[in-house]
Order: sequence, then C-alpha cells, then structure tokens
Amino acid sequence: MAREFAPSVVTANDLALGDVVYLAADGSWTRRIGEAELMTQEAQAQRRLAFAEAQSEAVIGAYLAEARPGPDGPEPARLRERFRSAGPSNRFHGKQKDLAHA
Amino acid sequence: MPRHSEFDAAFVAERNRQFRAQVQRRLAGSLTEEEFKPLRLMNGVYLQLHAYMLRVAIPYGTLDAAQMRRLAHLAEKWDRGYGHFTTRQNIQFNWPKLTDIPDMLDSLAQVGMHAVQTSGNTIRNVTADHFAGAAADEIADPRPVAELLRQWSSDHPEFQFLPRKFKIAVTGSPRDRAVVKAHDIGIRIVERDGEIGCCILVGGGMGRTPMIGSVLREFLPMEDLLPYVEAVVGVWNLLGRRDNKYKSRIKITVHEHGIDEIRRRVEERFRALRPSFAGADQALLREIEDSFAPPEFGDADEGGFAAALSADPAFRAWCGRSLAEHRAPGHAIVQISLKARGATPGDATAEQMRAMADIAERHGHGELRISHEQNVILPHIRKADLPEIHAELARHGLATANIGLASDIVACPGMDYCTLATARSIPIAQRISERLGELGVESDVGDLKIRISGCINACGHHHVGHIGILGLDRAGVENYQITLGGDPGWDAAIGERTGPGFAHDEIVPAIERIVLAYLDLREDAGETFAQACRRVGTAPFKTALYGSGDADAQREAQA
Repeated sequence: MAREFAPSVVTANDLALGDVVYLAADGSWTRRIGEAELMTQEAQAQRRLAFAEAQSEAVIGAYLAEARPGPDGPEPARLRERFRSAGPSNRFHGKQKDLAHA
Repeated sequence: MPRHSEFDAAFVAERNRQFRAQVQRRLAGSLTEEEFKPLRLMNGVYLQLHAYMLRVAIPYGTLDAAQMRRLAHLAEKWDRGYGHFTTRQNIQFNWPKLTDIPDMLDSLAQVGMHAVQTSGNTIRNVTADHFAGAAADEIADPRPVAELLRQWSSDHPEFQFLPRKFKIAVTGSPRDRAVVKAHDIGIRIVERDGEIGCCILVGGGMGRTPMIGSVLREFLPMEDLLPYVEAVVGVWNLLGRRDNKYKSRIKITVHEHGIDEIRRRVEERFRALRPSFAGADQALLREIEDSFAPPEFGDADEGGFAAALSADPAFRAWCGRSLAEHRAPGHAIVQISLKARGATPGDATAEQMRAMADIAERHGHGELRISHEQNVILPHIRKADLPEIHAELARHGLATANIGLASDIVACPGMDYCTLATARSIPIAQRISERLGELGVESDVGDLKIRISGCINACGHHHVGHIGILGLDRAGVENYQITLGGDPGWDAAIGERTGPGFAHDEIVPAIERIVLAYLDLREDAGETFAQACRRVGTAPFKTALYGSGDADAQREAQA
C-alpha cells in the first residue's frame, strides 16, 4: 500500500554557497523554513519539486522534506531536517546564529 | 620531511586550475550537477547537511608548522574559524562556499597540500602510526613506505575507478597505533633475520560488515612492496563487486572468495608484475628515506623537568597522560588533546592551530602529527622544554590531561553535519565527557577507548572501541547501540553488541553504569577496562545495563 503523503516543503542547498534553502510560495528561495511553502497535496508537491529541480543553476539536491504547520510557518517534522533548518547542535553556529543576526 | 617535488607542485597546480574552471562552468550552467559531482569529489569537495565540506589530505598525518598555520588561515578566512581533524588523519572544513574553494586549494598548494583522492573510489590518504620517526619501540619509520605508496597511488591510471574506496595504513612498530587490521591493506614493517620487510594484511574494515584483516603474506621483502600492493589492488579491481556498493570493499571479496584464493591470485599477478619494477621505485624509496632523516636531537639534559614534575600537580597529571616514550634520551613525544571537557572531539580553532604551530617551530623541529584518534602530536620535544610547552598549551585550552582516558573520545561528525548519519555523535561525546568530569572517576578508571559513530558506516570506529556506541534512527528517534570488547590494536577485536539500544537521553547514564560496573568488578587498579572485559566477558556489563534479567528477555519485553 502506498504511503500516505505527508505535508512537505521543497528544500535544497544553494549551489554557490551550500546553504540550506527552501522554496517559498512566490517561487523564490528562502533561508528560513518558516517562510517556505507547505504543501499538503502530493500532486502540488511534485509540481513544485519539478519546478525546483529545473533550477539547477541556483540550487542542488532539491527534495521534499516532511514538515508541519507551526505558529511561525512550517516546522521540520524529521530530526535531520531540524538540524538542517537550525544548524548543528554541538555549538551555536550555522543558521541558528546567522538568522538570529539577520 | 619531504617537500612536494616540482612534479607534485605542477600536478596540483594544474588540477587546481582545472577545478577552478569546472566550478566556473558549473556556476554558469554549462556543467550539470550530475557531471560536476564526480569532479568535485575528486578534489575532496562534498555537500553536507548545511554546506559544502572540503576534506584536505594530511598524508600519514604528518605536517609542518607552516602547513598547520595555513590550515588556520583557511579556517579563519574561508570557514568559521575552526577545522575538524578526522579519524583518517585528515582535516575537514565544514562551511566553505563553493565559490571560495578554488582559492582555498590554491592557498593549500602554496604549502604543498591538496585534497586530491580524499574522496571517490580511489586509494585514499595513506595513514600511519602518529608516533612515526619518534617512537622508542619502532623497527622502522613507516612514513617512507607511506610516502612511496602516496606517490604511486596518486592519479594512478589503473586505480581511479575502483569498485569502492581503498584505505591503506602502515605501522613500523610492534604496537599497532594505526589500526592496520581494520584497513583494506594493513602494512606492518617487521624484521626477520636482520632483514626489514613487510607483513601484509588484507580485508580489514569497519562499516556495516566489520572484519579484522587477514595475513596475506607474512614477510615481503621491501623491494617487492609496490608490485605486491599493485597486485592486491589489481586483483580486487577486477574481482571486487560493482553490483552492490555494500559488498564492494575488498573485505567482502576476501570473505566471498577466501583468503587462500585471493592469495593465489595475488601471487600470480605479483609474479607477472614484478619484472616491470626494475628498481626505480627502490631508488625513489631511498630518496624518500633520506628526506625523512630524523632531526638532530641535541643534548639529553632534562633541565627543570623533574623539579617541575614534583612541584606542579597539574603539570604532573598532564605529563602522566600526554607523554610517550621517545627514542632519543631526554626527549618525549607530546600528545595534545583536542578533547577538552565538553568540546567537540577533533575540533581546533585557528588560534589553537597557530599556537601548536608556534610551539612546534620553537621547540619541536617544526613537526606536527595528526592522530587517527583526533589529537595532535608534537613528535620531538626536549623534556627540558615541557614546563614551558605545558603552560603555553594551557593558555590556549590545549592542556587537557585526558589522553587515552574515557573522555578522549573518538566521534564522527554524525547528524550534526553528515548527510549519511542516522543519529548525532558529537553531543553524545560532549555529554559523556561532561558526566565523567562530574563523577571525577576518570583517572581512576584509566585507559578506556570510547568510540562513537553516527551511522553504520562506522567513521567513529565504534567496532574497535572498548566501548563502542552506534547511533541509529529508530522510527525517527535517535537510538544508540552499545558494543563491548572491541580493540583497535594488534589484538584487534570487533566489539559485541550488548542488547537493545538506548534513547538519546538514556545513553549517557548507560555508559556511566558500564564504567561504574568496571570499577566494581576489576581485580585491582592495574587491570584495565579492556583486560577486565576479556576476563569477565560482557555478562556483568549487561546486568549493569539492563538489570538482572538477561538482555534477551529485555529484548522480548520490548518487542
């Protein structure tokens, strides 16, 4: 039986910088998962993923990451995505620091 | 120390020029990621969770003060002020921009460093005993052999598309400090009837199928080394499986065909190859050996060393853990711990790298080593200079007196950085280290190797830890399995799993129970954890972990 589709965001890494990025509803790439477009329909998610994959000069490795709605926009549903959205937990650097100062 | 030859320098410069152009073409869209990925991997550039990662080779873990300063410069200018020394004696930069990497590689080339063959299905950085050229127990310095293999394997046309990566380690000492039994080829320099030669092991490895290497040839004359190693890699290159990457390493080839059949094929190939090695390799080896001539060690006067030992308890404690026996009277090998309490194992800041380079230059003939245990070594230090060196290290947070103790933990980057990881490793190491500090039992416990991997690929060497910890993903939650009884040395052993794993918040108390159980059951303070484990087996530790019911019952209860 096919697994039920879970709400997801499109994520990738910026080609030049390597930084984790998310696809926003307006088609731009954002550094914050909270600004990403959360998709609840599989067909829509696949369309947005195809749109992201076509931007191979801007990002690499686009994929769908499970997410859930939160008070400040989508939040990562999986542990790995939690680290990608915030940075490593061994020291205070990466997005958790960069975005706090942005 | 050997410097890059004109040939090396021209090769690296050309490779860097090519890579710079490849990056430009990728950014301009004329190379797809599919086309670019193998090119970047050939130059040590990975994509990790948060950023690109650049892995720089430190051949056989040996570098000089200028090279260490250059690593500090890279960390500061193009990264986030630190670098991460790895279990393969390399350094990784976790945050470079793709657009900066060509400049980083050019900067490295100025001091004879590069990132070639730090990735991909090639022969990787050849590793060696980190006490090479200094250890009192050494038969021969393993680095000339390692350097010969480095030159031979660099861009070797037959071995650029191997079934999988291939790792070689060399030791020149009866005590194995290079984990040679867990490498695709392990080379142990031995002496027989006054002749120096090599014992060749094959098929060791960690990962999801850990194996201890088998002896392929007990004694190989030194002049046969290159054709023999070429025969081993050549046989595997044709025989090794390319249909399943989990079965492609030579350990599986040896397992599937048997050591006798592999030996037969290698010997046959060796006989065919041997005549084509007409002596140029041996002339080169002599040249390399000359370039590794030890420095002039000077007088053996220990100066104020003994007085400082009796006067300063912190210095005494540090010496007790950090020094190893040097071959020259009045000298010591100094091990600098990169495992400060609660710190990330193997990380050093740019400032710390410069401090270590300065000390090496001032007191240690400019030489430094990186150990596979993620520490830094000053191989040639006069004992008279130790009090000053200790004080200088302490000023930079580098004087932790825990070498070989339970908090000298080896840990892979884990899920904090690595795309392959299934759980975090570093925070577990940090919390075990902190907890051991609170308990204050560490020096009483003594030698204990804790090794943590964040996935089955086992970069953190958990299989050969006295206590091994393997982080897995269980239904989206981090879960940690414990193994006991592993050993990385000449009596290499793969640890045995204790039973069900532990949650993220349970693993540190579990390790604490094992450590306290050891203190209870050891015969006396002279019996190390590893010895006690061999004597009593794992049963008492399982009881400490899971209670009096056996692990199988626990597993059933949890099923």
